[in-house]
Amino acid sequence: MAFQDPQYLRETASQTAGPYVHIGLAPGAAGFDIYRQELGFDITGPNAKGEKIRVEGIVIDGMDSPIKDVLLEVWQANSEGHYAHPEGGGPVEEGFRGWGRVITDFETGEWGFDTVKPGPVMGRNGRMMAPHLNFWIVARGINIGLNTRMYFEDEAEANAKDPVINMIEWERRRATLIGKRSVRDGVTVYRFEIRLQGEDETVFFDV
Amino acid sequence: MKPAEFYQRNREIHPPALTPNYKTSVARSPRFSLISLQNSMSEITGPTFGHSDIDAIDNDLIKNYAKAGDPIGERIIVHGRVLDENARPVPNTLVEIWQANAGGRYRHKKDTYLAPIDPNFGGCGRTLTDENGYYFFRTIKPGAYPWRNWVNNWRPAHIHFSVFGTGFVQRLITQLYFEGDPLLKHCPIVHAIPDADAIDRLVARLDLNATIPLDTIAYKFDIVLRGRRSTLFENRLEGN
Repeated sequence: MAFQDPQYLRETASQTAGPYVHIGLAPGAAGFDIYRQELGFDITGPNAKGEKIRVEGIVIDGMDSPIKDVLLEVWQANSEGHYAHPEGGGPVEEGFRGWGRVITDFETGEWGFDTVKPGPVMGRNGRMMAPHLNFWIVARGINIGLNTRMYFEDEAEANAKDPVINMIEWERRRATLIGKRSVRDGVTVYRFEIRLQGEDETVFFDV
Repeated sequence: MKPAEFYQRNREIHPPALTPNYKTSVARSPRFSLISLQNSMSEITGPTFGHSDIDAIDNDLIKNYAKAGDPIGERIIVHGRVLDENARPVPNTLVEIWQANAGGRYRHKKDTYLAPIDPNFGGCGRTLTDENGYYFFRTIKPGAYPWRNWVNNWRPAHIHFSVFGTGFVQRLITQLYFEGDPLLKHCPIVHAIPDADAIDRLVARLDLNATIPLDTIAYKFDIVLRGRRSTLFENRLEGN
């Protein structure tokens, strides 16, 4: 018996970004200069309102070793909780893109970027989501990009009500999504350690 | 457009995180399950790019790093469309590629393969799809490349592709392979994908109709990103 084909296409399969992802997405780090401008280094533009922050971290594998060839992308709202997108909930400042791309240091595995702290974002069914950064992580050995979120340690009240955090059944795993706050040279710094595997494995989402 | 979510990703056609024949995946794959998350504004939105971000020459790898002449190798056009699962074109989206040169050598400070660098070849390109979702690159066909996995593993000729779409959850990195390459059936990265049809769709086809006679041969490679519901969030029954 023949069934009707619903005629959807199928998504192209993912493959690892490999060890030389920098050539395409951050050629300066690969060791050569080719584009007028690389993309993803200026997340907020010059006019962004809100608190300037630095976000830093490291990605650690299942052997407790830092991963030194990872590439991370971040997607975030502005200080009013709007994304720079036609469906982003409202206007953003001129030049605010809300998207960033960082790579880890080849020697230490440390990564970091400067941005502004996002505001709370409207979630499903009118429930507000606590301020957060959306991350997408690719590297050699990662077959399909990993999605996670970083929330802010000093937003404990909003975090406690966040619909996504509360969906995580195992309460002790929720702590893996909280960036740790400190102040360095007058700048607020949030540290976000991503553990791919093992004890305190970071929560990753199927989004 | 009203907020609507993307179709659930069909994980059966993607490589799982843990694929031990690709050794690096063993220590870099989560052991806990992913937490499934219905889309919110954080997922259905994503970055947008325009022609002020890139230059017209960026999609021409034969010219975009040429110093004292053209690069050595098989001159090819790689072209196709970026579509979604509903078969609709994805216009104005950023497509980025990177690859080795004709000898399988990458221009990267960490690549120490003995095949030489080509002084006229950088190995990266980028472009925006047009209003029909169409893109093209001009480049050199990359060579096969040995890597330390098993003692004698060789990557098939491949071009890495990075594509955005309109929502951050459409973000995709993949690899293009070439029709007829005998290395395809031996590659642990290719065979991390469990679905033979999904592998086949990563193989660009020789496209004689798009070649430029006496100049450049062509391969066609269409890319499919996740599709989107027409239903609004607000109209859906919610348990959350």
